[in-house]
Amino acid sequence: MSEPFFDQELDCQGLLCPLPVLKTKQVLDSMGTGKVLRLLATDPGSVSDMEAWTRQTGNELLDHREGDGVYTYYVRKV
Amino acid sequence: MADDRRRLAIIASKGTLDWAYPPFILASTAAAMGWEVGVFFTFYGLTLLKKKITAKVAPHANPAMPMKMPFGPQGFQNIEWPMPNILTANLPGFDHAATALMRRTFKKKGVATIEELRQLSLEAGARLISCQMTAEVFGFRHEDFIDGVEKGGAATFLEFAAEADVSLFI
Repeated sequence: MSEPFFDQELDCQGLLCPLPVLKTKQVLDSMGTGKVLRLLATDPGSVSDMEAWTRQTGNELLDHREGDGVYTYYVRKV
Repeated sequence: MADDRRRLAIIASKGTLDWAYPPFILASTAAAMGWEVGVFFTFYGLTLLKKKITAKVAPHANPAMPMKMPFGPQGFQNIEWPMPNILTANLPGFDHAATALMRRTFKKKGVATIEELRQLSLEAGARLISCQMTAEVFGFRHEDFIDGVEKGGAATFLEFAAEADVSLFI
């Protein structure tokens, strides 16, 4: 499966709750509507948290992948 | 005030390092989710609004607290040290050492500091309200607190909490 296009990347590897969510919010705030952020995280709790956060904020979780202990999320700002 | 956002109301009443985390983690996250957030700091929780946070942890009489060392070989780090009450109560400097170890462990594991979470909460629009009664009793001045802190009392909190979707006493 090809990787979704993204405009900006945020590396939250090594950070624990709630930092991946808070930093995603900060970066997304600085991006334009429709832009896509790629987030890298290693916190296993971020899977459930990113789903909840995108549901609550209305931003779109385009894709979520896991591999080698790294969770990759693609979030589109709505 | 007409606002269709979800609302979180928290009373933060504890001032130790471990208990400083839950209100700020929840406040910053809820604010980052677009919720309206108000945290009312009362009694020992009020110290968390000071410019310099000096929160410590006191393991005494808390048998649930894991005591592990954040340095040295992995086998050593995995050891959970037994902390009998006779030791935690009487060893000079024990709380100071435990606080330093907890801070170091949190940093190493990638946990934000209380100061960071507090700042992020404010930036995301959370209201941090100081209990004026406690401030008077403890002799804290409003200038002792970080910028952006509001003053209030029981009625202020109750009015805010009456319309809240989630209310917590911490």
